[in-house]
Order: sequence, then C-alpha cells, then structure tokens
Amino acid sequence: MGIKIALAGNPNCGKTSLFNILTGSNQYVGNWPGVTVEKKEGTLKGHDDVIIQDLPGIYSLSPYSPEEVVTRRYLVTEHPDAILNIIDGTNIERNLYLTTQLIELGHPVVVAVNMIDLVRKNGDTIDLQKLSKALGCTCLEISALKSLGCQEAAEKAVELARNHTHGEMPHVFNGSVEHALAHIEESIEGKVPQNYLRWYAIKLFERDQRVRGELKLDSDLISHLEKHIVDCETEMDDDAESIIADQRYTYIGNVIDRAVVKKAPKYSLTLSDKIDRIVTHRILALPIFAGIMFLMYAIAMGSFPFSIGTICTDWANDVLFGQWIPNLLGGLLTSLHVSPWLYGLVMDGILAGVGSVLGFVPQILVLSFLLSILEDVGYMSRVAFIMDRILRKFGLSGKSIIPMLVATGCGVPGILASRTIEQDRDRKITVMTTGFIPCGAKMPIIGLFAGAVFGNSPLVATSAFFIGVGAVVISGVILKKFKALAGKPAPFVMELPTYHLPSARNVLRSTGERGWDFVKRALTIVLLSSMVLWFLQSYGFENGVFQAVQDNNTSLLADLGKAIAWLYYPLGWMGDMAWKATVATFTGLIAKEQVVMTFGTLYHYAGELSEEGSEIWAMIAADFGPVRAYSFMIFNLLCAPCFAAIGAIRREMNSGNWTLATIGYMCGFAYAISLIVYQIGGLFTGEASFGVLTVIAVAVLAGLVYLVVRKNRYADEPVKIGV
Amino acid sequence: MKTLKDAKIGQTVTVIKLHGEGAVRRRIMDMGITKRVEIFVRKVAPLGDPIEINVRGYELSLRKADAEMIEIA
Repeated sequence: MGIKIALAGNPNCGKTSLFNILTGSNQYVGNWPGVTVEKKEGTLKGHDDVIIQDLPGIYSLSPYSPEEVVTRRYLVTEHPDAILNIIDGTNIERNLYLTTQLIELGHPVVVAVNMIDLVRKNGDTIDLQKLSKALGCTCLEISALKSLGCQEAAEKAVELARNHTHGEMPHVFNGSVEHALAHIEESIEGKVPQNYLRWYAIKLFERDQRVRGELKLDSDLISHLEKHIVDCETEMDDDAESIIADQRYTYIGNVIDRAVVKKAPKYSLTLSDKIDRIVTHRILALPIFAGIMFLMYAIAMGSFPFSIGTICTDWANDVLFGQWIPNLLGGLLTSLHVSPWLYGLVMDGILAGVGSVLGFVPQILVLSFLLSILEDVGYMSRVAFIMDRILRKFGLSGKSIIPMLVATGCGVPGILASRTIEQDRDRKITVMTTGFIPCGAKMPIIGLFAGAVFGNSPLVATSAFFIGVGAVVISGVILKKFKALAGKPAPFVMELPTYHLPSARNVLRSTGERGWDFVKRALTIVLLSSMVLWFLQSYGFENGVFQAVQDNNTSLLADLGKAIAWLYYPLGWMGDMAWKATVATFTGLIAKEQVVMTFGTLYHYAGELSEEGSEIWAMIAADFGPVRAYSFMIFNLLCAPCFAAIGAIRREMNSGNWTLATIGYMCGFAYAISLIVYQIGGLFTGEASFGVLTVIAVAVLAGLVYLVVRKNRYADEPVKIGV
Repeated sequence: MKTLKDAKIGQTVTVIKLHGEGAVRRRIMDMGITKRVEIFVRKVAPLGDPIEINVRGYELSLRKADAEMIEIA
C-alpha cells in the first residue's frame, strides 16, 4: 500500500524548491478539478511507493480563496498519511499560523524549518527541541536552496506515516473558547471522523459555511451550537473568526518567545529592506521598473548585439527551418520518391506552419528564463506594489503589467505569465485582454500596410501600439462591469517576500516547462491546422474537376474566402480584395506573420517575399485605400490571436466556455472598432458614403461608449470564487 | 475613529479592532493583523497607494481601502 505525503506551506517559503529536490524529475503536473490551480505530484526519490502531493501555497485554511479550498478539501477528503509542512525560518511567526491549523487535522505532521542558513547568518537561533515540544510534532531544519536536510525531513514524514505516529495536540485555545470548542466536539462526536474532530469543531465555531453545508447538521443542533458561540462572543466581546485568529497568534507568540531568539532589533532594516529603499523608492521605482523591462525585452526580443533571443530565433528561422531542415527533409522525401501531394503537405504545409512557430522557441526560452529569475528573486510582488494603483482602475491587478509587457514580444508567454496573478477575476481579465497587445508577429502586417499605403510613416506603428494598449484599457473597463467578472476588487493584501538569490534548479525547470509547453502546442494544434490550411490552399475545383491547383485563386480556401467575405463588407472589404483579405485573416490564425505571406501567394508573387512584403506593395496599394487598409490592419491586430495563443488562453482559463468567450469578445471588439474606423473615417476621405452602415457604426460607437461609462451594477457584490 | 490609513510613514501603531467582513477581513487576520498587534508603517507606493507595513516580522502591502478597515490606537 503506497503512502501519500502532503507538502504544505505558505507562498514564498521554498516549497517549490523542496518539492523539486524530493521528487526530481518524477513529477506529474495537472489542475485541481474545476479551478485553475496547478496540481503537482511526484514520487519521493528512493521510495517508489511514496507519493508527494504538492499543495498550493497558502497562508491559512480559510474558506475563501480557491487555493485554500482545494487544499482543505484534499486534506480532509483524501486522507494523506502525513503532512510535511515547510515553513520559512526567517518569517516563523506568520508561517506557524498555518502550522497550527495543519496540526489540528490530526494527521502526523513534520515541520521543516527552511532557510536555516539565512537564520544563522542573521545571527538568530531557533530551538528546535522547544519548538517540537510546544507544537507536539517533529521539527527539523532544512535549507532547500542548499539541499540540506530535505531528504531527512521527507524520510521522517514517511516514518511517521508508516507508524501512524500522532503527537499530542498543542493547547492553542484557552478559557471560554476552549470550553465552547469542547462542547462543540461533544455535540458532533460520531458525526465526523475521530481525528478531524478538533478541525470540525473549530470550523463550526467560526461559522464556516462550507463545513456547515457539508456536515448537513439539523437545525436544532445548529442553534444549540450557535448558543455556545454567541456566549463565547459576548464574553470575549469579539466575533468568532477574530477570536480564533487572535488566540492562534497569541499562542504562536508564546511559542516563539520560548524557542526563537532574534539578534536584530525590531523594525531594523534588513538587506531586503535596503534593496527596497531603492527598488520601490517613490521616484526611482518606476524608472527602475522601466529599465528592467527594457533590458529583459532587449535581451529576448530586441535587435542589439546582446539580444540572445533574437539572434537564436533568426538563426532558427533562417538557417534551421530556412535551410537545414527543408534541405534534409526535402532530400529525404525526394529520395523516397513520395508523391507530389505528400511532398507538398510536408514541405509547404507542415514545415512552413510548424517551422514558423517553432522558430520563436529561442525567444520564448530566453524570456521565460528572465521572467523566472524575476519571479524567483521576489521582484514580481514589487512590480505589483508599484503598478497596482493604475491597473486597478481597469479591472486588472498590479501583476497584470508583466503579461502585457511580455506580450509585446509574443502573446503565448504573455498569457502564460498571468499565472502569477492570484485573484481569479483579475487573472481572467488579464488573459482576455493580453492578446490585444501587438506582438512581434503582428509587426510584418503593420510594416506591409505602412509601406504599401502610408508611405512608411512611423505613425502607423505608433498608432497600432496605442490601439493595442487602448483596447486593453477599454476592455478592462467594459469587462469588469459584466456580472461574471464584476464585484468588489479582490483584496490586495500581499506579502513582499524577502529577496533571495534565484535557485538555478527552479529557474531552469520553470523555463523548461514553459518552453516545452510552447513546443507541444506547435506540434499539436499548429501542426493540425497547418495541414488543414495546406489542403484548403492546394486543392480546389478547376474546370469543374476537384484537383490539386497551382493557382491559389481557385483553391478551396479562395472559395471559402469568397463565400464569407460578405461578412466583412461593413468593414470596407469589398470588391476583389475582399476574399483575399478574408483568406489572409484566416491564415493569420496559424501565425500572424502568415498574413503577409498569404497576400504574397494570392497576388501571385512567385519569388521569396521579404518580411514586410515590399515586393507586393504596389498591388496592395492599388486594392486598399488608406481607411480600408487601416480597417484591415486593426481587425487583424485585435481579432482572435493565433492558434498557439488560443491554446495558451485555453490552458490558463482551464475552461472551454471562457476560452470561447475570450475569442468571441476579441473578434467582436475588433469588428466593432474596424467598422467604426471604416464607416466614420471613410466619410472624411470619401472611401465610404453615408448610408445605413454609417448609422450602424455610430450606434456601435455609442454602444461602446455606454459599456465604458455605464454604472457598475455589481460593484459591491463580493467576488465569487469558482470552486 | 483612527485607522491604519491615517497613520504616518515611520509610525508604529497598535491595532484595536478590525472592521468590515468576509474574505478581505479574514485575509487581513490570517496575515497576522489581529487585535493588539504592533504595526510599523514602512512606506507608500510611488503612486500613493498601496502602503507597505511591517507586521510580525515581515513586510506586507495593502491598499488604503483595506487599511481603512483596521482601527488603530
């Protein structure tokens, strides 16, 4: 029979490092049912029968955040054989708050006091024997950063699990509180498993709605319990929840007085505080943030001599996927004498599609690497601290700035970076709007029209950027008023963890995970869609016979484009360019840079097209008036992102409906803006004439303005937690 | 009523009572802000909100709207 050990602890206490050390590469990553909280488990090194279940980092077993709820549910219903509780030795007081709650669950508990090296360096001492005695469980010291004592702590937990060794529960509560708890225990004895008796008694005392619902107590019993609670509240002159929290912290204070000696005087500046004096300085904070972001962007996406990401991506695109693999694969296919259609499918369909996406992997890896470092060091919470004020207004959180900035390079890691936002609503709005930011792959589209229609004016690119940012801001304001996303701003009560050196193990692992995620998507969704698109592009009816077509204008894709081009008529896509623009928009779903390439094929340009397609500028200019070109550009910048990004949205939303809602919203918003630009802008240039569509455009504009300025009817409703 | 929102930077204050209800209040308590605890007000964010405090030996940031729920002496 296998053993299950639950790994629990506060955020920022080194839990991830410990988990990685204990399980090595034997990890399985998934999601807790129904929530976007990551679920990780793995087998303990050297013990194939021991499973370590990594629980979300939480501060308490309160019933409010999704992380807390899944942790509670796991601990109470899955019956782990032991709990390994990791606590930050440099911040022991608040960390023990969770520990006292874990002990009350009645499972064997081992407390691993982490960062013991830092504790010693600070000149502090923690008397583990006294701590163990006070808490009634084994306390060991470890350093996850230096891999000290970790295996021993896990072995101890295994030993306790095998022997079912329970310590004596500490006497956390006293006076009338203990009296009331004992009464409640008596009343529910037999109705709950014996080892959970204390836990359930405390939760009932706190009037925990989830536990009340779960136990289905009859109303007589509830009113009987209520009397005990009210008596106690009257005596203590406080409410039940406060009484429990208060006595818990009082108890911890006494334990610490006995077991911990701190060298530095209270409120003295630690090294971390000294760093923060500069990093979150009133005047310097924003420039420093801008500088760090610029540097990160420059290294990953820029075009400087030190831009490793760009150098590798260029190499991957031009050499690896531009020459080596096509030559190798082409030679192989030729030598195998495969039929022309298979050759076309592999070379023009799969390789072109998957290659163009895989070419981004180096940039993604470099970006993820730098982001992981910033996360691991503790800078991300400082970013949230300095940016929160602005972003809150748009239904976003201080942490939303990171996904947005990363998305200027590529939307996929941008959307994935939203993982660090704890509040469900803030994270959803961030995921829904990050795709609006003009990413690297949209730059060729901007370049094409800027060059072909607007005489290479730099204003086009600048305006595209502001349209992207504007779309984020406006959407944030609109979305936060919808019922599903509305409610009071989630509490922003956030720890600013002590800065510490990044752990190479964590950074590399998290970089690898993000990179692999991207590759997986390229090999699945992009592969499949490239094949479908290649088929639609290469086959069609010529002279009434279905066959492979040379001329793209007779392909199935062209037929499809012609069949639905009318949809875009109100956006000014009319005449012969309409279906071409429609087809280009669809191919843009594979990867946005495909838009330019598609125009190349549709305008029968045979040679190698430059990135911004300067060879076809004249033909584009003949077909697209300025307003029409702008309408097309805006639609393509704002509508559904590429498949890779849609996959990322699906992953972060962890819900098909929310993914559909996001894509639907983005397309609808793009359509509305393009419509307004063409119909109203076109009046001034003469490209559009006054008519029914003008009226509709004005109505849509009015509707948008209404959605932005309308009163938030749900502003005061508490935020719902989707568990 | 004097709240944490009114405290000046560099001040050390003592909590008397927590107002408000539900998730926010519980979160504040879970983070160690309970009756009688001492809070040191470290700084204000560059844009004037949120604030950073030191409580129970660690640094915590919270919005002024949340700080308003914390009554101090």
